Amino acid sequence: MSFTRPRTAALAAIGVVALTLTACATGAGDPAPTASAEAEPVTGGNLTFAISVDSQCIDPQQVGNNDAIAIARQTVASLTIQDPETGEILPWLASDFEVNDDATSFTFTLQDGPAYADGEPIDAASVKTNFEAIQALGAKATLGSSYLADLESIDVVDDQTVTINFSEPNAQFLQATSTFTLGLLSPATAAVSQADRCLGNFVGSGPFSVQSYTPNEGAVLERREGYEWGPSTAGHTGEAYLDTITYKVVPESGNRTGSLQSGQIDATTGIATADAVLFEGDDFWSLNRANPGSVYNLYANQSTEKLADENVRLAIQKGIDREQITATLLGPDDLPAVSPLASSTPYFTDLSDVLEYDPEAAADLLEESGWTEGDDGIREKDGEKLSFHVTYWQSPKEVLELVQQQLRQIGVDLQLTFASIADVTAANADGTYDFSYGNLTRADPDVLRTVFSVDGTNNATKRTEPAEIDELLDEQAAIIDPAERQKVVDEAAELLITGGYSIPIYQLSTTITAASKVQGLTFEASSRLDFYDAWIAE
Amino acid sequence: MRDEIMWGRYIARRIGQGVIVLWAAYTISFLILYLLPGDAATLFAGGGDQEAVDPELVAQLRSELGLDRPLWEQYLVALGKALTGDFGVSTQTGRPASDLLLESLPPTLALTAFAFVLSVVFGIVLALSASLARAQWLRNLLSSLPPLGVSIPVFWIGLLLLQAFSFRLRLFPSMGNEGFESLVLPAITIAIPSGAFIAQLLSRSLRSTLAQPYVEIVRAKGASERRVQLGHAFRNAAIPSLTMVGVLIGGLLSGAVVTETVFSRLGIGRLVVTAVNNRDVPVVQAVVVFAALVFVVANLVVDLVYPLIDRRITLARTAFVAA
Repeated sequence: MSFTRPRTAALAAIGVVALTLTACATGAGDPAPTASAEAEPVTGGNLTFAISVDSQCIDPQQVGNNDAIAIARQTVASLTIQDPETGEILPWLASDFEVNDDATSFTFTLQDGPAYADGEPIDAASVKTNFEAIQALGAKATLGSSYLADLESIDVVDDQTVTINFSEPNAQFLQATSTFTLGLLSPATAAVSQADRCLGNFVGSGPFSVQSYTPNEGAVLERREGYEWGPSTAGHTGEAYLDTITYKVVPESGNRTGSLQSGQIDATTGIATADAVLFEGDDFWSLNRANPGSVYNLYANQSTEKLADENVRLAIQKGIDREQITATLLGPDDLPAVSPLASSTPYFTDLSDVLEYDPEAAADLLEESGWTEGDDGIREKDGEKLSFHVTYWQSPKEVLELVQQQLRQIGVDLQLTFASIADVTAANADGTYDFSYGNLTRADPDVLRTVFSVDGTNNATKRTEPAEIDELLDEQAAIIDPAERQKVVDEAAELLITGGYSIPIYQLSTTITAASKVQGLTFEASSRLDFYDAWIAE
Repeated sequence: MRDEIMWGRYIARRIGQGVIVLWAAYTISFLILYLLPGDAATLFAGGGDQEAVDPELVAQLRSELGLDRPLWEQYLVALGKALTGDFGVSTQTGRPASDLLLESLPPTLALTAFAFVLSVVFGIVLALSASLARAQWLRNLLSSLPPLGVSIPVFWIGLLLLQAFSFRLRLFPSMGNEGFESLVLPAITIAIPSGAFIAQLLSRSLRSTLAQPYVEIVRAKGASERRVQLGHAFRNAAIPSLTMVGVLIGGLLSGAVVTETVFSRLGIGRLVVTAVNNRDVPVVQAVVVFAALVFVVANLVVDLVYPLIDRRITLARTAFVAA
C-alpha cells in the first residue's frame, strides 16, 4: 500500500493533538516544531523511539542485536570511548590506559569519582568482576566472550588500576573496551541470574537506568541523577537531557512509518527505503551513517572445488556492478563497497582501483580456467555447470537478484533462496553453502580476522589451510602503533580483494528518521544510537 | 437407564478423542520444529543480526539446553513433564514457558472476546439484511460481501484501518495495549473475516431453512416476511452454525497472531511468532497445546450442548456422527 499524504501546517498542528492522545507522550505545546540546531538544549521530556524487533533481552553484556543495543548502550558507561569521527580510542571511565608492545597486556587507570547506579564505586575490582561475569555467561554473551577470548588473567593493581592480560596478541581489545558489551555493571549484577538480567534487572554505570522492560512491548529508561562522567566525544557533560526514553517494539514497517508521520512515535531507525521520501521536509530530519566493519559480502565457500579456484572467485568479484546496485535499488546514502571494510571503519582505505567492475576481465579469467559458454549462456566444464547457491535473509532482497542478473552476463548461474534468519544461520553454521551473504558490524579492522581468517570465529570462506592472508590478519591483531597497523591492514584488505577472498557488494548503513522536535540524537562510533545528547525542543 | 450409559460412553469417548488430539498437536509441533533448519542454540549464538556464530559457543549452549541429546530422549522427557503441566524453560528467555503463556493470555483473551462479539453481531446483521433486503441489487451486493470478507488478508485490513483511523483521523492509537481504545482497531480487524465467515454460514443455513415446507405453512398463516425470517427461520438456521464454533475460534486465534504483530500488541500471537523465529520449542509447544485445548473444549461443549438445544437430534444419531 502507498501513502498519499497532504502534509500541511494544519495537519502538523493536529499532530500535536495526536501526540497528547498517546499515553506515552508528555505534553508538547508548540504546534510549529522547527527548533534550529543551534538552540540551547533543554532538560526534560520523553522521547518515544520505535524498534523493529525485540530480542527478548536488554542486558548490555548479553545482547547482539542492533535494536536491543539501542536500549542497552544508554545504560552503561565504558572504560574507553571511540571517537566516531576519527576512530581513535579515548579515555572515558579509564582516565588513562597503556598497552604493552605485543598487545597482550592492557592497563587501565580509572577516574576517581564515578559510581554505579546503586552507589558502588566504579573501581578496579569491579572491572575484574565484570569481565569475569562476561566469561561466565559464555555463549549467552556472544560478543563479549569473543572480545575476551584468550583472556589469561586480570590483576587488580590498586583501587584505581587494573591490568588485563591475554595469552595471544589482541589489539582489538582496546576498541572492545569502548563498546556497550564490555560496558560496566555494578558487581551486584554479577550475582543476578542470566534470565533476570535480560529482563532489565541490572545496575548500570551509564546516563540512563532501566525503569521497565516488557518483552515484545518495549522498555522505558529514565535519566540517572548525579551522572557526571559523560565522555569527551559527547556534546555536553553531566546528566542526560531527557527525563525518559520510551522504546516501543513495532514489528510492522507500515505501522512504524504511519506512527512517525502521525506523531505517535518521535524517531526510529526502521523506515523502509521506499518510505524515506515521506519524511523529506521540515517536519522531520534524518541522519545516515555507514555501519563500520565488514561490508555486505558474498563469502565463497573455498572448501568446494569450484570456488577453490581463485580465477572463479575473482571473475565473480569483477562481474558485479556495485554502482548499479546502489544507484537502482538503494537510498542515496547507501554506497557501493570499495574495500572489504566499510568506509566508517578505522583503518579503512579506498581500494576502488583494484576492486573494479570488469566483465571482460571476468570472462577471460573463466576462459582461462576452462569454463566455456554453453548453449544456455551458462558456462560449463566437463559437463558441469558453473552454478552456485546462496541462501539469505537480508533485505532488500532485490540486491542479490540484481547480482544474479549481472553474473548471468558473464555466464555464472547464481541460485537464490530467500529464507528466514533461522534457516540462514543454520546453513552458515553447517557450512552447507556455496556462498553465504552478510556483513558484520564492528568499529575495528580486526573484524576482517573474525570473518576471513582460517581460525576466525566465522571463517566464512571455510578455508582449512592457512595462507599469506592469515599471517597478515594475525599480524595486524598484534600491532598497537597506528601507522604500522594501518600498513598491515591495508595489505590485508588489498590481498582479500586481489586474492578473491572477499566479494564485497555494498555498505550497510543505519538511518535515524526523527520528528524535527527531536534534537541531538546521534550515532556512536559503531553506528549504534546514542541518546546521551538527545533532547526535545519545545 | 440405557440412555444414561450411552451418554456416559459418549462423553468418555469424546474426552478420549480430545486427549489424542492434544497429544498429536504436541508431537507434530515437536517434529516440525525439529525438522526445520537451525536450533535454539545456533540462533541464540547468532543473535540474528549479522553477528558471528562461534561453533564452540553453539556446542556449549546446545549441551546446556539439552539439544545434544537424542531426539527421542528430548521428546520423551519433554512429554513426561508436559503431562504435569510443565513445558520446560524457554530457550530464549530462560523463563518457564507456562509463565510466558499465562502472561500473554489476558491481552489475547480481551482481544478475541471483543472480536468474537463483533463477529457475531456483524455476521448476523449481514446475513439477515442480505436475506431481508427487498431490492435484488442490494441483496446481491450484501451477499457478495461475506466471500470478499473471508478472502481479504488480515494484515491488509489492519493496515487500512490503521491508515484511516489512526494515522489520518487519529482516533485510535497505532500500537500498544493501553486502554479500550487500543482494542478497537485490532478487534475490528479480526472481526471482519470472522464475521464474514459467520455471515456465510448463516446465509446458507437461512436459504435452506426458508426452502423447507414448514416455512410455507407459517407464511400461509399470514405471518409477515420479517416475522417468518426472524421468528422462525433464523432460530432454526442458527443452530447448525453452532457446530462451526471450532473453526471460528481457529479464525479468531490465527487472526490474533497477525493482528497483534500489525498493531504491536502483546499476546499469545506475538509470543508464538517470536518463539517460532527463535526455535524456542518449549514456548511453541505450550502455545500449541493451549490452542489445541481450546479447540477440544469448545468442540466438546458444542457437541454436548447441541442435543439439548435441538431436540430433534437424538443422542444415538449424534454419537453415530461423532464416531
